[in-house]
Amino acid sequence: MKKYTYTEKKDTRSGFGAGLLEAGRKNENVVALCADLIGSLKMGDFQKEFPDRFVQVGIAEANMIGIAAGMTIGGKIPFTGTFANFSTGRVYDQIRQSVAYSDKNVKICASHAGLTLGEDGATHQILEDIGMMKMLPGMTVINPCDYNQTKAATLAIAEHEGPVYLRFGRPVIPVFTPADQKFEIGKAWMVNEGTDVTIIATGHLVWEAILAGEKLAEEGINAEIINIHTIKPLDEEAVLNSVKKTGCIVTCEEHNRYGGLGESVAQLLATQLPTPQEFVAVNDSFGESGTPADLMKKYGLDSSNIIEAVKKVMKRK
Amino acid sequence: MTKEISDLEKMASQVRRDIIKMVYECQSGHPGGSLGCADYLVALYFRVMKHNPEFNMDGTGEDLFFLSNGHISPVFYSVLARAGYFDVAELKTFRKLNSRLQGHPTTHEHLPGVRIASGSLGQGMSVAIGAALTKKINKDNGIVFSLHGDGELQEGQNWEAAMFAPFNKVDNLICTVDVNGQQIDGPTSKVLDLTSLEAKFLAFGWDVMHTDGNNMSELVATLEEAKSKTGNGKPIMILMKTEMGKGVDFMEGSHKWHGIAPNAEQLAEAFTQLEETFGDF
Repeated sequence: MKKYTYTEKKDTRSGFGAGLLEAGRKNENVVALCADLIGSLKMGDFQKEFPDRFVQVGIAEANMIGIAAGMTIGGKIPFTGTFANFSTGRVYDQIRQSVAYSDKNVKICASHAGLTLGEDGATHQILEDIGMMKMLPGMTVINPCDYNQTKAATLAIAEHEGPVYLRFGRPVIPVFTPADQKFEIGKAWMVNEGTDVTIIATGHLVWEAILAGEKLAEEGINAEIINIHTIKPLDEEAVLNSVKKTGCIVTCEEHNRYGGLGESVAQLLATQLPTPQEFVAVNDSFGESGTPADLMKKYGLDSSNIIEAVKKVMKRK
Repeated sequence: MTKEISDLEKMASQVRRDIIKMVYECQSGHPGGSLGCADYLVALYFRVMKHNPEFNMDGTGEDLFFLSNGHISPVFYSVLARAGYFDVAELKTFRKLNSRLQGHPTTHEHLPGVRIASGSLGQGMSVAIGAALTKKINKDNGIVFSLHGDGELQEGQNWEAAMFAPFNKVDNLICTVDVNGQQIDGPTSKVLDLTSLEAKFLAFGWDVMHTDGNNMSELVATLEEAKSKTGNGKPIMILMKTEMGKGVDFMEGSHKWHGIAPNAEQLAEAFTQLEETFGDF
């Protein structure tokens, strides 16, 4: 097992904030909109440096999406910021008609995704957002794994023409990917090469997958671990090449098992290379209040659940 | 380009013929609101707006128009075609398979003149505000126009937008509401009364104007005056009274022609009431 270390823990939303500021410095067409959550989305530095390119819309997410769509006409690259719940479910029809169907170059940036925003509870813990966004034709869906990757992804989507959903979160998690990485949309990132089982993870569950891989290695199980930061378009070649070697797969995500990464992988494998698969995901339920760690444990998303799923799927080979 | 009021009236008559024929040929679509707004769109595209039929999406240096109530696509398509955005003959493809003239307007089929999809109601004011903000950032003097149905104002997103625009001094924006008092299930006063739109928009901080949307000279004068009021710190809202179905007597003033097509006999009857001025498609 390749060794991964970290010197600090940071939240991925801060990676977004840093990336947005840098994207703004690189390209004067980058503009940002926020629905009364500047601090939570870490958009304050951008607002301070580019006040004329920042739009505070108030608590009015539908209007924010519409304004963003309109701002593309004339060449702006709008980044909208609010919580994942209010970035997707609340404004699905606005995104569908004014952004996706209208082919507008809007970047929908969503913080506090999943259970791990913690104590606020299920009203804010969206676990269906990846599903909603990946169903929209032409939408790119990205869920980076740490601070550095989120920053790199933010810079990459500024240069990508077309609508993007960028998902990140609130918890502080290890920063283990390189600061100078080049982010390639749609290209999986090989974390560890292995032969016994494929573990595919997205978002901060990549770190849980690494922890699981280390423990599995101690037991003599050699896991291949892949970071799928881009859920759509899926790097099909990376998935297929891996399961050709390992013959079984576990998918890991902080999302409902319906509509997420696991479902995309299952559809690919069912049509191309039928393979035993287990899902580490939320089992069709809403979340609840609690600390991020307690929630990960209760809802079956931590490294022990990945280890359990690996053992189960290897028996099905 | 046509300029005089009498020329605009002639164009509006042709546009109304186009609307009836388009809806007749595919036996679907929304003739009522389209007929009511024919004069407004003709006034915009043949007199008031600075625009270029050599279409490009960004519209830099041009005035822009957004149709929020996308179901009145027949009038939009007819006016775009008559203004030179695409061949008038293409109007016969309206609502048919493989057409750029979808039931509701879209950018997805790359029809020149359309900058946003609309149809799901209530989204256009936000989009128009966004385009207006970009013009301000780009120091582009173009004005952004938009049209909304009165029934459409029942959608909540409009009021988010209505609150935003005056507070942010989006004063390069001229929105118009087609006040025909009708919606699918009946008069707006019976379905969900809008009460005073003037009082509402004034309270939100708009510069509110009124006009008769079926009187070409008054309409042009109002739109020209609205243009002269831009840049004064307030967005402009024109409450435009129209008659649904205007120009075809048996369609006038009733919600019943909101979304149904005439038969052959009704088409012939409608055509006797509307002069063919620039040649049917």
